[in-house]
Parts: sequence; C-alpha cells; structure tokens
Amino acid sequence: MSAPYLAATGMTGGYGKADILHDCTLTVERGQIAVIVGPNGAGKSTAMKAVFGMLPLREGRVTLDGEDIGALSPQERVRRGMGFVPQTHNVFPSMTVAENLEMGAFIRDDDDGIARTMDQVLTLFPVLADKRRQPAGELSGGQRQQVAVGRALMTKPQLLMLDEPTAGVSPIVMDELFDRIIEIARSGISILMVEQNARQALEIADIGYVLVQGANRYTGTGAELLADSEVRRTFLGG
Amino acid sequence: MDLLNALVAVLNFVVIPATAYGAQLALGALGVTLIYGILRFSNFAHGDTMAFGTAMVILLTWGLQGLGIALTPLPTALLALPVAIALTALLMLGTDRVVYRFYRRKRAAPIIFVMASVGVMFIMNGLTRLVIGVDEIRFDDGARFIIGVADFRRWTGLEEGLALRGTQVITVAAAALTVAWLFWFLNRTRSGKAMRAYSDNEDLALLSGIDPERVVRQTWIIAAALATLAGTLYGLDKSFRAFTYFQILLPIFAAAIVGGLGNPLGAIAGGFIVAFSEVAVTYPWRKIAAYLGWESDGLMQLLSTEYKFAVSFVILIVVLLFRPTGLFRGKSV
Amino acid sequence: MSTATRQAERASPWRAPLLFAAVAVLVILEGTTRNALFSGSWNTALGILNLGLISAVTALGVNMMWGYAGLFNAGIVGFMALGALAPVLISTAPVPGAWDAGGTRLLFALALGLGTLALAAWVWPRTGAWRGVAVGAILIAGFVLFRWAFDPAVTAIEANNAASYGNIGGLGWPVLLSWPVGAALAAAAAWAVGKVALGLRSDYLAIATLGIGEIIVAVVKNEDWIARGVKNMSGIPRPVPYELDLQNHPEFPELANRLGMSVAEASGVWVKIGYASLFTAVLLAVILLAQLALNSPWGRMMRAIRDNEVAAGAMGKNVTARHLQVFVIGCAVVGLSGAMLVTYDGILNPTAFAPLRYTFLIWVMVIVGGSGNNWGAVLGALLIWFLWIKVEVWGPALMGVLTAPLPPGDLRNHLLGSAPHMRFIVMGLILLLVLRFAPRGLVPER
Repeated sequence: MSAPYLAATGMTGGYGKADILHDCTLTVERGQIAVIVGPNGAGKSTAMKAVFGMLPLREGRVTLDGEDIGALSPQERVRRGMGFVPQTHNVFPSMTVAENLEMGAFIRDDDDGIARTMDQVLTLFPVLADKRRQPAGELSGGQRQQVAVGRALMTKPQLLMLDEPTAGVSPIVMDELFDRIIEIARSGISILMVEQNARQALEIADIGYVLVQGANRYTGTGAELLADSEVRRTFLGG
Repeated sequence: MDLLNALVAVLNFVVIPATAYGAQLALGALGVTLIYGILRFSNFAHGDTMAFGTAMVILLTWGLQGLGIALTPLPTALLALPVAIALTALLMLGTDRVVYRFYRRKRAAPIIFVMASVGVMFIMNGLTRLVIGVDEIRFDDGARFIIGVADFRRWTGLEEGLALRGTQVITVAAAALTVAWLFWFLNRTRSGKAMRAYSDNEDLALLSGIDPERVVRQTWIIAAALATLAGTLYGLDKSFRAFTYFQILLPIFAAAIVGGLGNPLGAIAGGFIVAFSEVAVTYPWRKIAAYLGWESDGLMQLLSTEYKFAVSFVILIVVLLFRPTGLFRGKSV
Repeated sequence: MSTATRQAERASPWRAPLLFAAVAVLVILEGTTRNALFSGSWNTALGILNLGLISAVTALGVNMMWGYAGLFNAGIVGFMALGALAPVLISTAPVPGAWDAGGTRLLFALALGLGTLALAAWVWPRTGAWRGVAVGAILIAGFVLFRWAFDPAVTAIEANNAASYGNIGGLGWPVLLSWPVGAALAAAAAWAVGKVALGLRSDYLAIATLGIGEIIVAVVKNEDWIARGVKNMSGIPRPVPYELDLQNHPEFPELANRLGMSVAEASGVWVKIGYASLFTAVLLAVILLAQLALNSPWGRMMRAIRDNEVAAGAMGKNVTARHLQVFVIGCAVVGLSGAMLVTYDGILNPTAFAPLRYTFLIWVMVIVGGSGNNWGAVLGALLIWFLWIKVEVWGPALMGVLTAPLPPGDLRNHLLGSAPHMRFIVMGLILLLVLRFAPRGLVPER
C-alpha cells in the first residue's frame, strides 16, 4: 500500500516556548474526508495550521504525495496543491464574488482552465452565479463561506483544508455546506477540516481525529468514532 | 436682482477655482489613500513627495527650456512630467527598500510606520530644499488664458467677467484622465485586482499566491506618479514653494479621511468636498449678494483666507465624530 | 521584542551619566575653543544650552504622550504657540483704552461661541430624528451671533492705537505666573482635540493634531487683538535682570574684568546663566513630578495600557479616558515650554512657529533620547538641539571642503548656498537610524 496523500506525522511545536502540539499525526488519503474534532483549546486549528506551514514545528514531518514539504512556506504549499480556507477573514470583502474567485486563480495562467474551474465552482454553488457582481462583504454568512471555499477551489487544489467552515451559519446552511464538501471529495479532492459540530462532521468523515491537548486521543472512521461510547460520552454529549 | 451676473461671479470665483483645487486635492488624496490601503499607514511624507516630484519637474522644465524645447500652448512642465515621475518613483522605491520594508517584515504597528514617514519627510524636505531652494517659483510657461475677463465681457455684454486659465483646464483634464486610468487599472487588470485584494485581506492575498512585494512596489510607483502630478498641477495653478506642500498635507488627509481611508472613490469625492468648502467659506460673498439685491457693509466672508485650513480641520473633526470610517466606508477605525 | 530586551540588558548604569557628560563637554567646547567646529563664545554656548533646556521641557511633554501612552501628537507647534500667548496676556503691561474699546464685548462673544458649542453638544444626545437639523441650526445661529458680537469688538480693539498696540493687552502680572497659565491654555485645547480624536485609529490623532497645530499658529498670526499677530509682540517682561542694568551696576565691570570678558559679554553671560538656572529648575521639577507619576499606580497602569491596549481594555480599564488624561498633561507641559520660550526670547514672533522645528524636531529628540524615559528625552533634546544648531554651520563648511575641487561656477555656488538645508536630511537620517537600529533610543526605558 502506498503512503497516504497527506501524511503529517509526529508534529510537535507551538508559537512560543510552550508546545501546543504533542506528537500529533494526521493523514488523509486521496478523495477522503478527514475531520479533526475535539474540545475547545485542543489545538485543532493549530494542527491544521502546522500542516499548512503556518506554525514552526520542532519535530515531525509533513509529506504531500510522498514529498517532504516541511521546509515550504504556506504560499509554496498552495502551489503544490494545498488549498486553505481560514475560519474568519476568508474573503476579499470589497471585491465582487467573481473577482474573489479570480483571485483564487491568481497563481494559474491557463485561461481556459481557469474558466473551466470557475464554471465548476459556480455549478457547485449556484447561488454564487446569481451574485457574481456583488461585493463579497455584502453576502450572508453562509454565502460568504461558499465564496471562501470557491476561492480555495480556484487554486485547483488536490487537498482542501477547511478551518471550521460552518462556524456561525444556520443548521440548514450547515447541512448544505456539508453536502457540497462531500461533492468536492467525490471529485477526487482530499479534504481536511476542523469542525465544532463534531457529530454532523463525523457523519460525513472517512477518517476522524479526536485531539485533546494537542495529542491524538482517538482515531478511526467517522462511523467508528460515532459508535464509540467513550467518544460519544466525552465529546459528543451522550 | 441680476441673476446672470451673480451666476458668472459664482462660476468665476468659486466654481472654477474650487474645481481645479479639488482635482489637485483629489489626486493627492488618492496617493494617500492608496498607500493607506496597501501599506496601512498615513504617510506624512506625501506632501514632501509632491514637493520633490514638482521640484524634479521644474528642473527638467528649465533644462528643456534651455534646449529651446516647448510644448506651446501647453506648459513645458507636461513634457517633463514622465521623467520626473520616474525619478520620484525611483526615490520612493529606494525609500521603501531601506526604510519601510524592514517594518513591514516585522509587522510593526502603524504608528511606527507613521514615525518612519516623518523621518522620510525630513529627508525629502531637505532634498527638495537642497536641489531647488526655498524661494517661490513660477514655472507655467503655457498659454495663460483660455477665456480672458475682457473677452468674456465683450462676448456676453455682462458686467461680471469670467476667466478660465489654461492651467485650470489642464488640471481638470489631467486629473480626469488619471483617475479614469487608475480605476481601469484597479478594476480591470490582474495587477490592479491583486492590489485591491491585498488591501482587502493581506493574509488571504498571500494564500492566493499574490506577491506582496510586487503589490507594494506598484503602489509606490502609482503613488509617486499621483504625487508628482498633483504637485505639478498645484504648482502650475498657483506657484511652487516647498513649504506650501507641507501645509497642503492637512487638506489632503482631510479629503482622504472624509472619503474613507483606503477608498479611491472616496478620496476623489473628499478632495472636491474639501476644496469647495474651503473656497466657499473663505470667499467674500458681498458682490454676489449685491447682484441678488442684498446690499451689505461686511464682506460676507465666513472665515478669512488665512483660516482655510480650519475648514479642512472642521470637516475632518465632523467626520471623525460621526462617521470615522468616512462617507464611503473606508478601512475600519 | 528580542532585540529590545537585549539592548536593555546591555545598557550599563553609566550610560546616561556618560552621555550627559558628553553633551556637557560639547557645550564647554563651544564656550571655550574657537576653531572650525566651535565658536569659542560663552554667549553662543549658553544660548544653545538655554534653548536646549526649553526643548527638553517640550520633549518631556511629548515623551509623556508617546512614551507613556503611545500617542502621536503632530501638532506640538500649536500647543507651544498657545502656551506662548500666556506671557503676552498675563504679564505685558495693560494697553490703555483697549479694554474699554471692546474688552467686555469680546469676552461676551467668546462666551457666546463656547456656549453655542456646549449647547450643540448638549442638544445632540437629547433630540431624536431631527437632531442633525436642530444642532445645525444652533451652530449656524451661534456662528452668526458670535460674528455679530466678535467682529466689532475686534475692530475696535485693533483700531486702538494700532501703530504701537492694537491688542487687548496684558495684566501686568509677573511673568513667571504666566508659565502655568500657558500650560493651562494648552491643556484646554488638548482636552477638546483629545475628546474627538482619541479612541480612534492611532494615526487619526496624528492627523487631527497636525490640523489643530496649524490652526493655532494661524490664529496667533492673524488675530492681532491677542498679541499683535505678525507685527510681533515685543517687550515681554523678564524674570532675570536686563543686560543694561547689569552694565550700569557699579561693581559689574570689575567682575567682568576678573572673568576676563568685556562688560557686554559678561552681562550677556550673566543673564543667560540666570535663565539657565531657572529653566533647569523647571526641568527638574517636571522630571520629578513625571517620575513620581510614572512610578505611581497611575503610571503603572498607563504603561500597562500602552504595552497591551486590548488586554488593559479587557481588564475593564477605560483606555480612552486614560489616554485623554495623559494627552492633556503632556500638552500642558508642551504649553509650559512655549511660555518659557517667548519669555526667553522676549518677543512673540508667530512666524517663527514652524512645524518642522517645533513639532518634528522635538519628535526626533524624543525618539533619539529614548521613548518612555524622561532622562532620555532630556538628553535627546540637548544633544539634538546642539546638533541642529551646529549642523547649520558645519553643513556649509563640509560642503566647502567637498566642493573645493569643483570649478567656481553655478553648480558650486548652488551647492554652497543650499548646504544649510542639509540639516533636514541629517535630522531625518538620525531619526530613521535610531528608529531602526536602536528603537528604544540612547537611554532606553528600564
């Protein structure tokens, strides 16, 4: 069996002297949805940032498609096929939806390909097609989240990383977003996401990681974790 | 009641001068607002950048005149502009390289940038004084008038005269062309959109693969062009003195803040708001009131010309009090 | 942050005394040696020292705003000019007839003006949808009333013996009394500006103060009734003896003789030493108060707010109110220095109040000396002021040497003529170099 598409193993590090991550490991196969859950302050977002190169690691390595990318800056990782959707401030508010998507494709120079990806994104999120000319800052929370995901997709990533994509959106919008995420994964893009809404997220997860204090506590398929009484009791509220 | 004469007087003494002045302020405020949008600080050296750019234009104009090259009926200065812009842009890029880049990498607080810009202001001020001195210089050698007062009276038979100076028309035309180009650049080109994206959300711009240093370089070049143009037009319209360019900083800041710092459209509107307020408040309205059948002993001047800066200041204060993000929603407070 | 910490660790306790000693040596050299660099005149040396001491007081005021609270005041020149009005209004002799010509009406007009603003501010939060209209109407009516009361009063006062007076005149009180009044005037203006511009983005305060600075200077220049405007106000009384009185004193020539100076020179030096003692006393008093304040709970809170506004705000500290306090106090000290300046000059010349000299040069002093450290601000003021004066002389001398190989002609003349402007470049360079390589200044905050 070949190595997973993304393998972040033994990550240890933090912002200052104290480590936030302790020997944390995350892997995602091609086309899989991997979900990181855990209590507040467990280092979920930090782990994601570490994978993306926004956190200096003292130990551990990150490989993408078998290549060690530990030394690359976030920008270089984008060029290697990693798309990142931050939790907040994830759109260009004064630019139109179309311009936001265009900016996502900034690193690409294949005009035809860009147009094709743009069509795919607009098919995936039909509401954005109607709002193409509207500044992203004027959209509702859920629509803005769609723009954010759309922008990241425009970089044509092989791995899409989402930091709490459903934070602050209504349950209906949340379900719709999860549907779209499944659709994206079916097109062959790997997904790594951090979620507060653990139960719903694990329902769509191929693999789930429960982090506690920066370390892996439980790992398994979404169904396994949902079935695990310990996990349910401690993290899913019964 | 003499409506026609009153109208001509308003045009002649208020509308025309304020429009030209407004265009100059708008160009200056555009530079300030762009730098604010991209580099996120109020550039106190902008006035002196205008002075430096204009000094370059004047030196080159003298050089061209020495060679016998002219652009009649347009001022020779227009011919000197592109080279002067290039020189100013080089200076700005050099300044960014040795001064601002360091703080940008450190992600220093905006106020540290402001402080550094004060240092740059000193140096630019000194450079300008060094190359051209502190005396008043007039360098408009183009046709003085498009419409002369006497001609206008002869044509219309009105008592009130109207003058339209060449520099006023050039100012407005040049400002309009520049603004049109700038908006085309910002809204239609890849580089311009990258600038807007960077201004909107720096981190996300990085994630989208936009090269911040390139955006910053473009910003300085455009700001240098705007500053040189604004300074030259102001100098052609009035006269050049290094010190006035420091003073004009206040109305320019006021214009940029009124429109919303970081918002180019707002900077233009702000420029005209400040200019029209300034001219209207400091103009003695007695003559116009007399045409409208209202005789008065006083000058009917709200504030004497010496206090024109107070007008910018009051506008600034009112905006800060009631709408700190500006009329057109600039960057947050 | 790490470089700053290292710098603090490196700073030895001898650093500040050594640097002060170096400044003292510079002043002594200026007073004793005559060569290409120094004038060898005690009058010049003490003159530089005295203005340096005044600048040190200004720098202390600026340091309170910047060093304690991180506030950037770009209108120092205005607050100094405002303070400079105090000696004129308090201690010059009353002008015969001025008060009768329009004094009462003037006060009434000023009260009307302030009353209008107060009324507008009172009405604003108490009215509903129509408050814009209401407040606008109040302001317009107030302005018309103000001009109706104000203009005739001013015309009458300015017409009163216009050739030699034309101003409202002073109270004839001792000039030292005017110094705290200068501080109070500046403090009042600072309160008004701070109320509006504090609590917003940090650069907004800078821009607003830049504006108020220019406006105050414009007022001093143009409102002839206050202090004769650009016609200058001379004859401001002195807190120290006059040279002529000294020279006429029977024992003075002998004293001068013993010092090996001419009587004229000795009298000048005597007067300047008198001022220097006075200024030093004020300076030390301000430093003492500032140090006490800085080490009090209030000062610790100020520094806590400066270092982390968000955290301090979260802890329930009213950051804006504290900033207003420190802004007002700092501006008061600046106003005090303005009053000291005109007292020393003996003349109020509003055109001399140039922002580069009185705002931005002071800033260079504070940054170079060490933001947040009072002794640093004083050191920076003395050192930078010395350099500012001397670079004006050294610049052309250096340019003379540099251009010596050039053939005589326009270019050489131009360069020689422009050389005095080099001091702007030098000051800018010093500011940028210190900001970058020693951001905590020569004497860093402990």
